Parts: sequence; structure tokens; C-alpha cells
Amino acid sequence: MRELITQTWSWWFSGAMIAGIMFFLLYFGQSFGFSSNLRTICAAAGAGKKTKFFDFKWKTQIWNLVFLVGAIIGGFIAKQFMSTDLPVQISTDTISDLAKLGIAAPASLQPAELFSLDAILSVKGFLVLAMGGLMVGFGSRYAGGCTSGHAISGLSDLQVPSLIAVVGFFIGGLAMTFLILPLIF
Amino acid sequence: MKFIKFLILGIVFGIVMAKSEAISWFRIQEMFRFQAFHMYGIIGTAVTLGVIGVALIKKFKIRDFHGNPISFYPKEKSIIRYLLGGIIFGLGWALSGACPGPMVVNIGYGFLTMTIVFLFAIVGTYLYGLIKDKLPH
Repeated sequence: MRELITQTWSWWFSGAMIAGIMFFLLYFGQSFGFSSNLRTICAAAGAGKKTKFFDFKWKTQIWNLVFLVGAIIGGFIAKQFMSTDLPVQISTDTISDLAKLGIAAPASLQPAELFSLDAILSVKGFLVLAMGGLMVGFGSRYAGGCTSGHAISGLSDLQVPSLIAVVGFFIGGLAMTFLILPLIF
Repeated sequence: MKFIKFLILGIVFGIVMAKSEAISWFRIQEMFRFQAFHMYGIIGTAVTLGVIGVALIKKFKIRDFHGNPISFYPKEKSIIRYLLGGIIFGLGWALSGACPGPMVVNIGYGFLTMTIVFLFAIVGTYLYGLIKDKLPH
């Protein structure tokens, strides 16, 4: 029984849970879109005084910030009480592809080459994480949503703009994976 | 107390993201290299159930718990903003291995260096707000 919790959860159960979360949010009068929080945080920090884009009633979005806090707690609970700390079981093809980039086979959920303290104390390591975050934050707002807002909520409503955004996610993701990562690592 | 339901949903979201390993940089690389079904299975299942559920909500005019109709607003029509914005997002997603939700789940999981990614995602959103009017939409 305990194994069911500590092992990697199946794709079908995880996918169904995500759909469930989306429907609960709809039932509670809201919608599933995580990156809106980034705009809300800018507004709450006072960015609306100078920039019109952040001048909105951000307090109506507090529910989503609470959801964000919950997500942090959920990550903590998963690690402390529901994990075996086994390395992520990715495909052997991926392991050998990443080895060519100098990234070792998984020892946990994340590669030490990117997320260890040593990695971020180098200029390159810091820039990799900073640029990654910058592009996610800029791109999600430019596209009007991220994986939750477009790929899950938008596609569920069969919205063409969301399909275009998801095509964009993949063009960018494939370009990074096959063209740019080999230049960086 | 009216926020507690969102806290609980957030906690469930965080646990599912972590336990499905969708917060892992390795899983995102595996997805973009088309070397496993796992991530496609997660998103595909969520979208399949989502399409069915949203269609049912519309067909039976299901109301939310306030008693208001659940409505869906069509996003404004455009190609350029979704495509360009999406490409920039995808570049960042494959580099950092995290979209906004998984960033904060990672922080809770103990990968504290992900805080840098999250802080710069806020900076990125701020930059977008600054130059929004100069970009094609």
C-alpha cells in the first residue's frame, strides 16, 4: 500500500488529478492558470503605479496566490512524507543523450549540473537559471498563459489561440533542446 | 477561511506535480526528445478529461458553487502573440526544466536554487509589462 504512494505516480492518475483540480477551480468560480500569479506579484509589489499593465485589482487574485502557497507546501509534503528519494527513472536514450552534453544520469529529481549550489555560484550556471526563468516569465505573459492556462485549460475549451501557444511552446522547447543546449553545455 | 479550499487544491497540485515527476528537468528533457510517453500521458489525460468535462458543463449549463453559470471566455484572436510568446516560453521551459507551477513546487521540495528561476520569471513578466505596447500582438 505504502508503495503506491512513494513510487512515481502513473501518468493516467496524475493527468486525471490535474483535470480534477481544474474542475474544482471552475466549480469555485475561478480558472486554472498559474502564471497569472507572476503578474499579480508584480502588481502587489507596486508595479501598477508606473506601468498600466500591472494596474488592476490584484486583490481579486489572492485566491491564486493562496493556491501558489499550497503548491509549495505540496512539494514539501511530497518530499518529506511521500518519497523514496530514488532517482527519476527516465529513458535510457535520454540518459545517453544528456551524457553527451556532460549531464550525468539522474541521482535525484534534478541534475546537480544545473541546480546544485556549486552550479549557481558560477556565472554560467547562474545565467542558465536566470535566463530560463526570464524567458518563462516573459513568454507566458506575452502568450497570455503557461502550461496550465493554455495547454490544460485552453485546450480543454478547444481554443485555437491555446493550440497556437502550445505549438509555440514546442517550437521553443525543441529549439532549446536540440540547437541551443549543445552550445551551452 | 474562504481561501482554505484554494490552499488545499494547491497542496494537491504540488503533490501531484512532484509525485508524477513533472517538476523534474530530466522529465522535460525526455519529453522534448520524444523518448517517453510519461509527460504526454499526463497532459493528454488531463486535456482529454478536460474536453469532456468542459463540454458537459456547457451542455448542461452547470453552475458554480455561488450559483453563477460557469462561463468560458474565448481568448482574443491573434497568431503572432501566441506563437512568439509561446516560443519564448518554450525556450525557457526546456532550459530551466520548469514552468511556473513546478518552479514553486521545486522550492517546496527542497531545490532552493529554483528560487532564482522563479524570481527571474517575475522579472520577465515585469519586463513584458514594461514593453508590452511595443510588441506585436
